[in-house]
Amino acid sequence: MTMYFPQYDVTKDDQLRRPLDFNSVATLKHVDRAFKAEILNVIRLTEMEKLFQIRVIDEKERELFSFLPGQFTMVEVPGYGEMPISISSSESRKGYVELCVRNAGLVSGVLHNAQRGAVIGLRGPFGTHFPMDMMRGHNVLLIAGGLGLAPLRSAIYHVIENRAEFKDAHILYGARQPDQLLFAYQYDEWRQIDDMNIQIIVEHPDANWKGPLGMITKLLDDIQFDPLDTYALVIGPPVMFKFVCNKLSDRGIPMQRMFVSLERRMHCGMGKCCRCNVGSTFTCVDGPVFDYWSVINLIEAI
Amino acid sequence: MLFRTLPKSEFTSMMQQMLEAIEVIAPKQVGVNAKGESIHQFLPIQSVDQMDLEYSYTDLSAKSYFMPFEEVLSTFKFEGKDWSQEITYWSQPRAIVGLHACDINALLKMDKVFIKEFFPNPYYFARRNNAFIIGIDHDPCEGGFCRSLGTDSVTRGFDLFLTDLGDKYFVSVGSDKGFNTLQQVKNDEVTDKDTQEYLEKRRQFAKKEQPSINIKNLPNVLDMEFKSDFWKKWGDKCLSCGSCAMVCPTCYCYGITELASMDFKVSRKTKKLYSCNLLDFSLVAGGHNFRPERENRLRYRYYHQHRGFVESYGEPKCVGCNRCGRVCLAGINPKDIIQEIQTEVKE
Repeated sequence: MTMYFPQYDVTKDDQLRRPLDFNSVATLKHVDRAFKAEILNVIRLTEMEKLFQIRVIDEKERELFSFLPGQFTMVEVPGYGEMPISISSSESRKGYVELCVRNAGLVSGVLHNAQRGAVIGLRGPFGTHFPMDMMRGHNVLLIAGGLGLAPLRSAIYHVIENRAEFKDAHILYGARQPDQLLFAYQYDEWRQIDDMNIQIIVEHPDANWKGPLGMITKLLDDIQFDPLDTYALVIGPPVMFKFVCNKLSDRGIPMQRMFVSLERRMHCGMGKCCRCNVGSTFTCVDGPVFDYWSVINLIEAI
Repeated sequence: MLFRTLPKSEFTSMMQQMLEAIEVIAPKQVGVNAKGESIHQFLPIQSVDQMDLEYSYTDLSAKSYFMPFEEVLSTFKFEGKDWSQEITYWSQPRAIVGLHACDINALLKMDKVFIKEFFPNPYYFARRNNAFIIGIDHDPCEGGFCRSLGTDSVTRGFDLFLTDLGDKYFVSVGSDKGFNTLQQVKNDEVTDKDTQEYLEKRRQFAKKEQPSINIKNLPNVLDMEFKSDFWKKWGDKCLSCGSCAMVCPTCYCYGITELASMDFKVSRKTKKLYSCNLLDFSLVAGGHNFRPERENRLRYRYYHQHRGFVESYGEPKCVGCNRCGRVCLAGINPKDIIQEIQTEVKE
């Protein structure tokens, strides 16, 4: 008799033979397989940031790439590497994303050189999302600082597309200087919408700047809301959301109704590589969207 | 659990047959250290006599057979402006023989992360399911503190587990694969005498001197001591070399790199095991480092082992093998750190 050790071929597993869907987190899947996606347009936003409009190529795969505002995707640039980028567009178009990317490193630098028509890879979506369902029926404060407008923009689209479901909506955005303002071409469009309050503030004006001057917290002074009927999304660098959230907290918004988004350099997006681990919390699966209470109780988070 | 006994001659015959069928990884003596002690490593063996089951410990764990230090996750092939992605998974059955209880417990902890968590990992799953695991009981090794962590015994995660009873092994059968393999050679029913001998052997192991650490309330103690000067003291010693993570049977964090071939026709996306002690571990775009100092990183390592993992899975990540303590060039070891931090609180 000879010993028999059966060969185990994981690719024959039922779960692996299903179409790749990153939203079914509990099933075995080809975790490193990327959806092929085409860059449709490249839009220069500022000196440092470009907006990439990207569509998953395969029509069936488009259906499987569905996301919610606040989630991020791993952008694969074959030959160079992968980087986590939050999604800036409306969730209503499946398989289509707009990614606002700052030229900050190797992979983002390469992407900045890419032309429309280039084929890249997308894995995901990953992470938690803004609680749009919970926010429905309440006032919403959508507050962003600097690059924070990139993830917040998907929530702005959600509110615009479902405007009737929300009470008062305020968009507050601050940047260091006017030439760093993202999506500047859209502010007027958003202002045209009935009953949407949009305020933009900068710290250091240039010769043409006519708007308000100062820190973003200044914009809060002019806004009236019922603190127990209001949700806030506060996206930006930790120093910014700390000040804003503390101020909102002083005005009575419960900390569990304020949401922030954390930033880390994820390598996997799936709670495995530990690069984004804060204590026992993985920014990629437990976040990036957290309520403010959780974040201030997370040591080393900010 | 099914128990059998196996004469040692039959065990040798079983191993010989196994060597004919599949690759066998086993503890092998590879040299002698300065103190004259044998150095063992888990390596592929070609014959039974290359295997030394009497080994005390291995400096490296056997984790590289489940999470290799370098693993190609996928290969991109370029054609004009287009590309395709190829992914292959491990599919060769092989036996890993001679794992101690701590190392099997380490695998069980890794199963929790890589199989039973969100996003089960097919790379790990494929290697795990192709591994035939034979564990072995042993005298507590020097410096190990597995008893404090409850990892000095194991009841699952293996196919066969051996306890030496002199001229035969007392065998715990952990799977049908294990049972089928055992059935290829002559094995016996367990007698009352065998059971008595087995239990006596276990009692002997439990009586042996072993350093102990107090993990009671440790997650809270760590939280309270987060800002303690204690970490500065140990952090100043740390060389941030990452050796502790390399030898740890449960350190699994990694980084991904992609490298294109010189002719730009293919590019490999490779996973490399990393260490949270390395400087750039939590560096983000724009140059901000969330853990810039050695003390921050050393502290994080202990927080993940004894606080974070406990929060996620209800048990520490550490199995008490003391490999990190042995390998550390700066003389940092978990026993001292944990003992000290526990006393810090009392004072």
